Amino acid sequence: MIEVRWHARGGQGGFTAAKLLGLAASVFEDNYAQAFPSFGPERRGAPVLGFTRIDDKPIDDHSQVYACDYVVVLDETLMEVVNVTSGLKDGGILLINTESAPESFKLGDNFKVVTLNATDIALKVLKAPITNTTMMGALAAASGIVGIESVLSAIDAGMPENLREKNKKAVMIAYDAIRGVK
Amino acid sequence: MSKPQIVKYKMPECKKDMPLGPSSEAGVIIEPNAGWRVMKPIIDNSKCVMCLRCWLLCPDGVIDREKGILEIDYNFCKGCGICSRECPQKAITMVKEGKQYD
Amino acid sequence: MTSGNKVSKREFLNGDEAVAYGVRLCRPNVVSVYPITPQTIVVEKISEFVANKLMDCEYIHVESEHSAMAAAMGASMVGARAFTATSSQGLAYMHEMLHYVSGSRFPIVMMNANRTLAAPWNIFGDQRDSMAQRDTGWIQVYVENGQEALDMIIQAYRLAEHEGIYLPVMVNLDGFVNTHTYELVSVPSQKEVDEFLPAFVSKNAVDFNNPRSYCMSASTEWNMEFRQQQHEAMMKSKKVIESIDREFGDKFGRYHGGMVKEYKCDDAEVVMVTTGSVSGTSRLVVDSMREKGLKVGLVKLRFFRPFPVEYFRELKSRVKAVGVIDRNLSFGYEGAVGSEVKSAMYDSCGSPKFIDFIAGIAGRDIKKDDIELMYNKLLNLSMGQEEAELQFIGMRWQE
Repeated sequence: MIEVRWHARGGQGGFTAAKLLGLAASVFEDNYAQAFPSFGPERRGAPVLGFTRIDDKPIDDHSQVYACDYVVVLDETLMEVVNVTSGLKDGGILLINTESAPESFKLGDNFKVVTLNATDIALKVLKAPITNTTMMGALAAASGIVGIESVLSAIDAGMPENLREKNKKAVMIAYDAIRGVK
Repeated sequence: MSKPQIVKYKMPECKKDMPLGPSSEAGVIIEPNAGWRVMKPIIDNSKCVMCLRCWLLCPDGVIDREKGILEIDYNFCKGCGICSRECPQKAITMVKEGKQYD
Repeated sequence: MTSGNKVSKREFLNGDEAVAYGVRLCRPNVVSVYPITPQTIVVEKISEFVANKLMDCEYIHVESEHSAMAAAMGASMVGARAFTATSSQGLAYMHEMLHYVSGSRFPIVMMNANRTLAAPWNIFGDQRDSMAQRDTGWIQVYVENGQEALDMIIQAYRLAEHEGIYLPVMVNLDGFVNTHTYELVSVPSQKEVDEFLPAFVSKNAVDFNNPRSYCMSASTEWNMEFRQQQHEAMMKSKKVIESIDREFGDKFGRYHGGMVKEYKCDDAEVVMVTTGSVSGTSRLVVDSMREKGLKVGLVKLRFFRPFPVEYFRELKSRVKAVGVIDRNLSFGYEGAVGSEVKSAMYDSCGSPKFIDFIAGIAGRDIKKDDIELMYNKLLNLSMGQEEAELQFIGMRWQE
């Protein structure tokens, strides 16, 4: 079973990404998935978490996610207030939306750090700094846990019509960028 | 004006420390309560005539009038914008909150 | 005008949405609504279905949960298939109406989002709310995920409306852990559900051609006979629960286990009894402990009322120790499920050793480590070591 933790601030769509990833992996592929937010009062700007579980058999685990294979950080300022590497397994990947290069994050060798300037892509394509779908594309490329076609199908199924094309575009730009790096 | 003071609060460390039922001393504020503010009000004192309408209408009572000019306590202002909307002198502007989220 | 899937469709839904889809497929005539976290998504989704003409029912906004049940009862009394949903404080608020509905024998189905009761106030999940309604004469089932939730709404109407039963059914989901967690759910087609659950033709409703009095008082001379009748109906429902689940399994491919579902209990030395979502997490712990050669098993208690006393009487001769995870607590004694399991297993020939574990109150997570700890305590007990009969798990302080 794969477990992903998403870090965002309230209002940035962190949970939407967790949910769309689950939708992509389950309905559009032959897997089972679970997606849930950190349960608690939320307010715009406060740190929130999203979780996605993906498995090839039904997911029985209904406890919280404590150890994860991938961590996605939609807003790097969160790293000042939250320990985003907590629970990240050895050999896992930390994916950060940032201008900085992976080497600048001195976080040790136990996991890989992958970076992308998702804000830049989002501003250009979506005209807003909402990086959730962009980072979903990046995660698909960096991890291979879900096919990119499934991600695009999930956007068609899970987002309002007027948002679909531009979000799919942002996803592809991020996907190609990370694949290039890999 | 007796503004709420932010104090360090000692959480119970053992069963004996627990209060009788879910209650606590009054007047304890352990952190600022303005985290969801997106826009914040700035008073232009050169335009302000001290009519006190904003002070009267602020739902959270964060406008302090005691010093002779009006001061907003940004630890507790939620950015609702009522003060700005109601000021007859248009002395209060709402500006976008900086990158400093709570 | 209603429309639905022509074939079953895979959707990614949270537990509340799954319930809403289940309700839609059951074609209720009346849905009475009062929102409360974490049930709100159920009634919001149903309102979308009604607004989009995917459901053809009266959607009644009421001013409180007491009224929600009163409205559902009034609807059922005139022959409507009725649905409502609530949680926690709302369930408590409609308490007297729960008795009215069951005593009057109206086959209403209600979804309850298990959430703790104030005070202290908290919106997160435990089963204190529904356990406290144990004696109201409602059939109670506890589901572990969205699929089971959807399926049980459909089965609940078949059960409630079954000839000779006519008892209301409460379908319980764990707050947030089920209600707000998205999972893969197969939504059956409307055609299949119509075949399984025909339109409701009430045997207990106002009929102008055959005038009767309803919801009468019953004197001391007659009252106990009604209560015995109500009890016997619920006892009779045990077999009906099983047969409906079997039929559901044959038609939709998912048999959920009837009143109790065992996992790896055949050669188990110790077993844990669970209700709701923690059942799934516990199965993972059973698997990992089995890999270490430990003979542990899981008993998922699906129906709390009627209580499967026959099952537990039979279980006791097979195992050395039984534990119960209670997401509730009857202050001054022990957990509700624990009490009942223990008493069901008691007889003059002795019973297995027993521990009642209180865990997961007000949304405190029950981790796999916690469950493993509980199993280890049962194993200790089974090997003759001392263990307290009531234990709180996952607490801040150990004293």
